Amino acid sequence: MKQLYNNPVMNKEFKLRFRTEKSFLGIFFYLFALGLIGIGFIYMQTLTSQYGYFRPDESRIMFYVLSYLQLVLLLFTIPGLTAGVISGEREKQTLNILLTTTQSSLSIVFGKLFSSLSYLLILMISSLPLYSFVFLFGGISPFQLVSVFLIYILTIFSLGSVSVYFSTIIRKTIVSTIIAYGVMLFLALGTALLFGISISISTNWFGASSSHPIPYLFAVLNPFMVMLSVFEPSFSDQMNKLFFNIDLPLWIPYTILYLLMFFLSMMGSVKRLRPNMKQRK
Amino acid sequence: MIEIKNLTKKYGNFTALDQLTLKIKEGTVFGFVGANGAGKSTTFSILATLLPPTSGDAFINGFSVVNNPSDVRKQIGYMPDFFGVYDQLKASEYLDFYGASYQIPVREREKLIPQLLELVNLSDKKDSYVDLLSRGMKQRLCLARALIHDPKVLILDEPASGLDPRARVEMKEIIRELKMMGKTILISSHILPELAEMCDEIGIIDKGKLVIQGNVHDIQKQIKGEKVIVVKLMKDIHSAIQFFEDDPNVSQITINEKPNTFTFIYRGDDLEQKQLLRNAIMKELPIISFYEQDTDLEDVFMEIMKGVESSETTLQ
Repeated sequence: MKQLYNNPVMNKEFKLRFRTEKSFLGIFFYLFALGLIGIGFIYMQTLTSQYGYFRPDESRIMFYVLSYLQLVLLLFTIPGLTAGVISGEREKQTLNILLTTTQSSLSIVFGKLFSSLSYLLILMISSLPLYSFVFLFGGISPFQLVSVFLIYILTIFSLGSVSVYFSTIIRKTIVSTIIAYGVMLFLALGTALLFGISISISTNWFGASSSHPIPYLFAVLNPFMVMLSVFEPSFSDQMNKLFFNIDLPLWIPYTILYLLMFFLSMMGSVKRLRPNMKQRK
Repeated sequence: MIEIKNLTKKYGNFTALDQLTLKIKEGTVFGFVGANGAGKSTTFSILATLLPPTSGDAFINGFSVVNNPSDVRKQIGYMPDFFGVYDQLKASEYLDFYGASYQIPVREREKLIPQLLELVNLSDKKDSYVDLLSRGMKQRLCLARALIHDPKVLILDEPASGLDPRARVEMKEIIRELKMMGKTILISSHILPELAEMCDEIGIIDKGKLVIQGNVHDIQKQIKGEKVIVVKLMKDIHSAIQFFEDDPNVSQITINEKPNTFTFIYRGDDLEQKQLLRNAIMKELPIISFYEQDTDLEDVFMEIMKGVESSETTLQ
């Protein structure tokens, strides 16, 4: 446990990551892109608004836009930061030496995951002042902001651990990165597509008033839909009752599934990092 | 200290290690010799708990690599034949990272790192970035890294490969120092004279099998059954040659380039050799040195390999 708290891999990765200008440039461009879009949104709204000022409901839409945009950026960044953490060490021929130390596999995997994701956490935290624009104009409760950030944290840890798992079992970084991006794409777009298809099938086959749990399963896997259910709980509740006949907010099964994904991926990575010396082959 | 019992490693139909059995005593520097692909690195990887064996087991200080790999890791310092280093990390930070990986407390690491850098002659490079060091320096730093938790056993896979002559000498000196510190060292190389200088014992491995094991000189004697004796005189070399020529165990007397020096091949045992020297002294030959020359180990190795190949052909 002490190794997790005072983790050598994590300390070393922090040192390496923030020793180069790249990380700071990354933060700059990330915030620049988010800021540009946020300010551009306000500018466009005030330009087209008949009142000539930014109203609370427009501020709410801006919050949604910023939150979705941030989610897209995070999903795009997770594989890049995590899908090469173990395979990269293997390619650099540093993994073998690390594995002969007495550091536990859990400590190595956790250190790698946390050090990579902490960069994303820094990106997220540094974007908080941009959200203050929204509070300036109203329309959003602090609870919603906290909920969005909790979804971000759960999502990056879960999908990050999946990417680390691929990095552990696949020798080449390029292959593990492609597969990790494939998973992100499936969860972001694939599940939305399957959700749409299953809704249309259930309405065509069983009638418009019919409800079916299959689309619900796709909806709970999709971070965008879960985020929408947090933004607009009443809309989400109505949809749940209408389409799925399930009276359970999307974020609850999402949290359970993504936590499960996190634990399974971590366990898989820890088990596969070092060879099983008893496995005779 | 190290006990390898019937260690076998198969990759599909290919047998990389075949029933390897070996015992290495504490404090011994053991050289593992073999051509590329003979099974040296496979053995080392199994001992370093990086590769599971197909059958058999190996014990380091009593701990099984199969059943207690985490205990084995505490006992060994491993240096692979090929290894990478982290960019943007200074030499002292590199050692500090591995020290932390072995759960050595910060204060202890602070004391230990300068000592290790001193041991491998890299004190002046403590603030240099590791990726900018020369290959020889990286090898030495990697050796210091393998020593950070004060392991009893060192497993060094081709530590001198790719080094220039000066760096090789430096590496040899460090290994000699480690031997004096009482470490049990398992070292592999395909350069035999280099191993002969450093090792107490050598084992020759071919196609995954241990062909021969023992003291370097014993192996030489066992294979060739003869030794080369160098004699240096103050003067009167020709009468000395005449004297030695009369001994039935002496053959191929050759005058050396060095003044008043000649060599011959001797087939007798140690007792006969002692008697021969005694007789020469009694004859008042002005001998100032009389010693056994190290046979060229490359020749010994080739001789062994020839023997292995011919026995295989006979079996077929």
